[in-house]
Amino acid sequence: MTEVLTAKPPATGGSTPADDRPAARSRRGWITALFLLPALVLLGALVVYPIGWTVVRSLFGAQGFTHFVGLSNYGSVFSDHQTLTAIKNNAIWVVVAPTIATGLGLIFAVMTERIRFATAFKLVIFMPMAISMLAAGIIFRLVYDQDPTKGVANAVAVGIHDTFSSASHYPGAHPRPINHQLTGPAAGPFTTPPLAVSSRPVNLPLVGATPDDLKGASQAAGPRSCPGGHLCGTVWMDFKPGGGTPNAIDPGEKGLSGLRVNLLSGTKVIAHATTSKDGTYTLPAPATSGPVRVQLAASNFTAPYAGVNWLGPTLVTWSIIGSYIWMWTGFAMVLIAAGLAGIPRELMEAARVDGANEWQVFRRITVPALAPVLGVVLVTLMINVLKVFDLVYIIAPGASQQSANVLALQLYLSSFGGGNNQGIGSALGLLLLVLVLPAMYVNIRRFRKENAR
Amino acid sequence: MKRTHTAAATLAAAALVMAATGCSSGGSASTSTGGGNAGGSDAAASLHLPNLKGQKIQVAAVWTGAEQKNFLKVTARFDQLTGASTTFVPTGDNVSTFLGSKIQGGGQPDVAFLPQPGVLQQFAKAGWLKPVDSTVKDQLAKNYTPGWRTLGAYKGTQYGVYYKAANKSLVWYNTAAWQQAGLSKAPASWADLLKDGQTLSDSGTTPFSIGGGDGWTLTDWFENIYLSQAGATKYDQLTKHQIKWTDTSVAKALTTLAQLFGKPTLMAGGARGALQTDFPTSVDQTFAKSPKAAMVFEGDFAATNIAQETTAKVGTDAKAFPFPAVGSGQAPVVSGGDVAVALKNTKGAQALLRYLASVDGAETGIKQGGFLSPNKAAPLSTYTNSVERTIAQNLISAGDGFRFDMSDQSPAAFGGTKGQGEWKDLQDFLAKPSDVAGAQRKLEADAAKAYANAG
Repeated sequence: MTEVLTAKPPATGGSTPADDRPAARSRRGWITALFLLPALVLLGALVVYPIGWTVVRSLFGAQGFTHFVGLSNYGSVFSDHQTLTAIKNNAIWVVVAPTIATGLGLIFAVMTERIRFATAFKLVIFMPMAISMLAAGIIFRLVYDQDPTKGVANAVAVGIHDTFSSASHYPGAHPRPINHQLTGPAAGPFTTPPLAVSSRPVNLPLVGATPDDLKGASQAAGPRSCPGGHLCGTVWMDFKPGGGTPNAIDPGEKGLSGLRVNLLSGTKVIAHATTSKDGTYTLPAPATSGPVRVQLAASNFTAPYAGVNWLGPTLVTWSIIGSYIWMWTGFAMVLIAAGLAGIPRELMEAARVDGANEWQVFRRITVPALAPVLGVVLVTLMINVLKVFDLVYIIAPGASQQSANVLALQLYLSSFGGGNNQGIGSALGLLLLVLVLPAMYVNIRRFRKENAR
Repeated sequence: MKRTHTAAATLAAAALVMAATGCSSGGSASTSTGGGNAGGSDAAASLHLPNLKGQKIQVAAVWTGAEQKNFLKVTARFDQLTGASTTFVPTGDNVSTFLGSKIQGGGQPDVAFLPQPGVLQQFAKAGWLKPVDSTVKDQLAKNYTPGWRTLGAYKGTQYGVYYKAANKSLVWYNTAAWQQAGLSKAPASWADLLKDGQTLSDSGTTPFSIGGGDGWTLTDWFENIYLSQAGATKYDQLTKHQIKWTDTSVAKALTTLAQLFGKPTLMAGGARGALQTDFPTSVDQTFAKSPKAAMVFEGDFAATNIAQETTAKVGTDAKAFPFPAVGSGQAPVVSGGDVAVALKNTKGAQALLRYLASVDGAETGIKQGGFLSPNKAAPLSTYTNSVERTIAQNLISAGDGFRFDMSDQSPAAFGGTKGQGEWKDLQDFLAKPSDVAGAQRKLEADAAKAYANAG
């Protein structure tokens, strides 16, 4: 290159400027072309050619270029319910994720102007950007794990829930399926048939209490008769290692303590008692003479709160958007903070002097002044969000992958992941390209405007 | 698919001991073979393996880790018998893509192991496979049932030797939980299995751990029930999609499955928990310190997870019983396996296939542990522990009553892709087991599409 350049000047210097103008222009054209060539070749080979190839490929079926199908791939793209879910989810993504990320970024940027340790704070917010999408996906797969001992999101949910309603004593305990003594829905309450009060104890056998719940429990007692006029009995785990005799209190079978036992007259609770350590309970004699029923309240058996089904079909997209926001808020914040530094302070000061409160300053001065930056951030994030793939692919479990589907994932799945139909994949790729174009256009126009300034 | 391989099937500690023995035999020609099995040497002599001194043979398979190491013992024994030098090439998870590109570039290995019958058929159709010669056929005729032979054939031509099998009709159980509930004998029928499940639930242990996060475990549940209930003929028809998924036999199988899936108390974590449990976790939580379930259904390869990821010992803490018969049918035997095929027409490739089909080849593999051979002539006494022996017996005694994993034989878009086709539809069914007809409609729609695309 340098040789060419150093060789040229003498030649140009030898002739008069007037008659060599067209030649110089054409030579300059050549040089321009020469300089443009590498970029053109690269762009052509890496961008234009693949796009062209994709257009052509989208007109052929799964078997390859031997099988021309015309526009039918586009037809199936728009009639396939998986793709329609993907388009719907992409719409949610494009609207929600950039807006929230930019909004939070703006809040953080403005707030960090006022606090000490602003740099440290910014660093922490920005840190997730240093993590690859793949790693972030794996992290959030764990965060959203259903098991509260693994997933932090559910640990918080369960923690909050259990603060307000305490866990039951024997979740999952139930009467034997064939039990004439106790009946009721799977989760309780379990009720006896109407019975006449006598001195014979009413024993209530249960099964299915977990060994963990029975830790420290003591042998069930079986009183032979109840004190005068009282109604009594034992609630016990009618199962010992090896089985035991059904409906009989065997040695080794544990009493279930702390259970709430209700006495019902009709459907009204007229008395209640709590079982003691050996499983026995005593209810005062009912005032009514009619038949009564004994009931084990449902609150004894409620299953522990399982937390939120973050990755279930309804929430999965929102959960993944949450992880995306975690990653990209830092990006928005840093750009907006940079923009904020460029706003003339005098404007704000003047407003304050004129009696505007902070909210008015933020609303009327800061945000309008930042509008171009906010626009850039928003559009950049939108383009980024349209092609989101890794987070969805990694976080969504198989069962809800389709509910979390986005276009880029659907593109991959139909081209390589089982579908092996690159025709449909190409059609989807073009659809994605078309969707990105408006955002591109906005960005390019903005660049032009800025250059013109 | 992937599972049979990533589950590098090291069964128990015994496997390690045997690996050591196998190593010494492979190392030098003068020591006695393997465990000193004279029958094996005779069989090897009668194989008439050619002298392949100085020849290089390349073998490709998906195996890694212990599974690969164990197979290297087998090739070492082959090298010792023939003088060839065999090298191993791992293919990575996607075997057909790997081999396809190798073949098109002309650098294919001599012999490759294919994980699904569908890949064998696809390759044979493309003309990439070399038929086995008559000596291999002799070994196959002697040692294999017609069922296993046909799985390795395409349009009447024999291409493959099923060397390694998987038995996917097993239920692993936690012996401590089992004892606690007072259970002692394996359930003989589906009804018994559910009854034992109820007993376990009464004892305070959730009976079943279901790895519903991985769709393939659910397809295996369905396949076992369907094979036993509807019979092998229907199974074959459904595999080829000659009958529709809306067939009444499918409805019956799904209804049977719903007897389990419809009872959240019988599944660890309920249906919602099961849908977020992947296969390794489903095994781990069954054999954890405080187990979340008493039984987990899956193939022999679950033993690897037990051995590697839990403190439970296979054979004492963890045992397996065969999947029980459903209804009036026979107990199902659903299998998987790897088939060895020749990609080059060399003497070495054919000799290796002959060796793999032989009794000596099977025995050498079995002795490494974590290996199940479909070779019916290999004595069951070769298996180094009783659990492996029972699993093998279960497989061999099924004769030709066994069926190859249905989802592995269907187009990948239907039977082999996360979040799609059969995997997804059965996951939806697990979430909503009351809707049998809806599940059938979805299965049929997805199957119709996938089979049509696969041509």
